[in-house]
Amino acid sequence: MSVWSMAFLPNLVRRERASLKATLLAPVVALAVAIVLNLGLYVLMGRDPVAVIYAMLFEPFLSWASFSEVLLKAGPLLLIAQGLAIGFRAKVFNIGAEGQFILGAIFASAIPVWFPQATGQWIWPAMLLLGAIGGALWASITAFWRVRLNANEILVSLMLSLVAAQLLNYLLLGPWKDPNGFNFPQSVMFQYDAMVPTLISGTRVNVSLLITLALSLAAWVFMQKSFAGYKLQVSGLAPRAASYAGFNENWAIWLSLLIGGFAAGLAGAAEVAGPLGQLQRSISTGYGYAAIIVAYLGGLHPLGIVVSALVMAVIYIGGDNAMVSANLPIAAVRVFQGSLLLAYLVTVAFVRYRLQWAQAIKKTAHRSPS
Amino acid sequence: MNAIEFIISGMLAAATPFLLAALGELVVERAGVLNLGVEGLMAFGAVLAFIIVYHGGGHFLGFVVAGLGGAALSLVFAIVVIGFRANQVATGLAIGILGQGLSALFGKTYESLTVKALPKIAFPWLSEIPVVGGLFNQDIVVWISLVATFGIWAMFTYTKLGLVVRAVGENPKAAHAIGYSVIAVRVTAIAFGGAMAGFAGAYAAVIYTPLWADGMIAGRGWIAIALVVFGTWLTGRVFLGACLFGAVSLTGFAAQATGMDVPSQLLSSLPYLITIIVLGIISADRRLLKLNGVASLGEPFER
Repeated sequence: MSVWSMAFLPNLVRRERASLKATLLAPVVALAVAIVLNLGLYVLMGRDPVAVIYAMLFEPFLSWASFSEVLLKAGPLLLIAQGLAIGFRAKVFNIGAEGQFILGAIFASAIPVWFPQATGQWIWPAMLLLGAIGGALWASITAFWRVRLNANEILVSLMLSLVAAQLLNYLLLGPWKDPNGFNFPQSVMFQYDAMVPTLISGTRVNVSLLITLALSLAAWVFMQKSFAGYKLQVSGLAPRAASYAGFNENWAIWLSLLIGGFAAGLAGAAEVAGPLGQLQRSISTGYGYAAIIVAYLGGLHPLGIVVSALVMAVIYIGGDNAMVSANLPIAAVRVFQGSLLLAYLVTVAFVRYRLQWAQAIKKTAHRSPS
Repeated sequence: MNAIEFIISGMLAAATPFLLAALGELVVERAGVLNLGVEGLMAFGAVLAFIIVYHGGGHFLGFVVAGLGGAALSLVFAIVVIGFRANQVATGLAIGILGQGLSALFGKTYESLTVKALPKIAFPWLSEIPVVGGLFNQDIVVWISLVATFGIWAMFTYTKLGLVVRAVGENPKAAHAIGYSVIAVRVTAIAFGGAMAGFAGAYAAVIYTPLWADGMIAGRGWIAIALVVFGTWLTGRVFLGACLFGAVSLTGFAAQATGMDVPSQLLSSLPYLITIIVLGIISADRRLLKLNGVASLGEPFER
């Protein structure tokens, strides 16, 4: 062991058990660390840190109008993250939620694009269902590749996201382009019955938030109370034990990806049938990737994810505010997201391990002739 | 110049971003670490190089800074996965998002600006052969990349260093027991991989497409990771895979030039679709992956 690597890296000693307090504290500390680091970056960029903090972290709560936007943003993040977390617990790394979200939006849009005159209360529920099926179908390609062809699901699901983005472009520049849309890459505006009913009048928050919360509850029941959820967790934590117990690994992969795709597809459908009202190029502002962070930050626990989705939504809305009032580039949101996940992954180490820092080790390192 | 000649002469340059990044990731994975942040590392290197070259710092300095930037960002990855034993998949994704974010942040005021690429250096005689002559007329970085490919192949095949890296990846406990520092080898490999990804991004931004556009890496970092699997962790095959993807990424231009009526989006997604298909074909041969794969890939090392 060379001395230099010891000087930089702490020695980790596994704790007997992780305390609940530390587990709950970890994401809070991570958020604080990320805020401090990013404020430092804003100062370097010559922005006023007080103005940024105010715009990002306080403004979203200061009016009902902007808080309702936070709720609106939290919906898709929450839904996608719940689906992904189930897979992550089974160690199935579906990182292609972005593509499954896009396919959900495309599938849902098929109804109003092809039948713009159709009326009836059945339309928006049918769109949501069709979107969820579309997302699950897109994810099933990854599942097939993993189960039958042994291909790495991380790479396949990500590549499929890039393909999905091109497919969306193709539809919006070609067959699905609004003929009266001044050549903008967008579909026709959807008819009234293709829109999810508003939940809170005067805001854009719609019924899909209730569906999302109901599904979050379902995810909690599934993961914490059901035998199928238990089997999934065992196959993630102890794959050997799972196979001795007769739990089928392929079943876990299929189930994880189908749930993840279903949730992401539903979120995509709810986005076009909700706040957007049409299929556009910018249907997703990286929800599929942000939801990965939401899932981890929530400790892969259905209840934790509810909180972390709200936090991430505040960052999105606050980032938009800071862009306007503090002249902060919108890319700062991505920097924040990346550093937040990194900070969380570090703080979680403190939950699992006790850290011995260099000073304690240096003495021994000096003595031993390494 | 017909389509075939166009692809032959442009293939190596198009392959270089894939090749540099994949060679770096190859070394990282051989040491037993999976760094999924390549896309972000490339984007970060790309923006640094572009800024340096745009302000007249020159291509050499641009590449140096891109390499240092990539190495620095990958050392953050190293500290989190090795120092704190964090999940390598999640950490790699975080570095990827962070790198792409920093790239967009720094590059914002350079959107759509251009820089001058490097001149090509032709091999006398060889470059005048009909049809394939274009292969021997490349810029200096392509030639250096070919030398680097050979160097990495030779390192793994003939040197003790290569053997140590492989031992650390195959069986870190045994490597540790016979006195090699698993941590030092892995950290060095990660920094090397980061520098190579930085170079790859620099090549993409200041030579191959010397125009700044946010998101210009466009999945090439992910394809580079896939190339390591395609090449079944062997340098020569990774090189062939990079050439294949170089050629594939040019077929779009070639097809459009010949007036074929194919949607441009289909051509843009061709590299991704081919990645998915080839990944399926190679991975289906489980024996091949087991034989050449890295045993401890992605697992944290505990003393």
